[in-house]
Amino acid sequence: MAKLGVGDSLPELRVTPDAELTKRYAAASGDPNPIHTDPDFAKKVGLPGVILHGLWTMAQVARAHSAAAGGDPRALRRLEVQFRGMGFPEQELVVRTTVTKAEDARIVTDTVAEQAGNQIIRNASGTLELSAGE
Amino acid sequence: MALKTDAVGKTWDGVDFDVDAERIAQYADAVGEPSPVHRDADAARAAGFRNAVAPPMFAVVYSAPAMGPALFDPDVEMNFAAMVHGGQAFEWGEPVCAGDTITTAVTCRSIEERDGKGFYVFESVSTNQDGRETVKATWTNIVRGV
Repeated sequence: MAKLGVGDSLPELRVTPDAELTKRYAAASGDPNPIHTDPDFAKKVGLPGVILHGLWTMAQVARAHSAAAGGDPRALRRLEVQFRGMGFPEQELVVRTTVTKAEDARIVTDTVAEQAGNQIIRNASGTLELSAGE
Repeated sequence: MALKTDAVGKTWDGVDFDVDAERIAQYADAVGEPSPVHRDADAARAAGFRNAVAPPMFAVVYSAPAMGPALFDPDVEMNFAAMVHGGQAFEWGEPVCAGDTITTAVTCRSIEERDGKGFYVFESVSTNQDGRETVKATWTNIVRGV
């Protein structure tokens, strides 16, 4: 891909988790917390309904980075996020990443992941090696 | 009530996780990672990996069995009913492939009160069967109303 410089964006990632996604992620990740899978339980603890796993949302931020490096799983060297809101199934998630530093093939990024304007991850910082594996 | 901080500095014994190809594929499906290198050993080897390779965030899966004993330790005494996952950081090393055994050891880095909230910070370090570090992670849990 073309060289990325400060201020450039990585390709935007848009994904809409389906109603069953949290169950598949719970099984795959081993996180048994019923706030992500049982609507009655979620409501009992004061949530509007089941919420997305924060680490699934973080995995979408990771995926946006890996995709920008041609899908190479070695490319993402570091990722730090803060979880600042609840994500919900059946709403489109938009992941927007910009380059804040660029040195040779290594870039540092800033990412926001939002649903309907509600930022569920912000101040995410990543380090991506664009030449990894080449 | 002052926050209990007895667990700061405590390290828990390493917990092993055997990585198999099915679990990598299941995880890749759940997070939407499309590449065949996560599902097909031949495709992974052609790309320079030892075997089907995990996406970076698979670190969550192999770290989880080590995080449980730390989070539920009575010395930590965290109120789960009021807990949210506040932040997460990973720094990756060696890729993780099917057939690996990953050992993860957890340390409690800090327990601090700020603005009426408890911040519980744990660090985990994961290494593979050859002693190579695969990930170093920082897990921040926030408990309201401490």
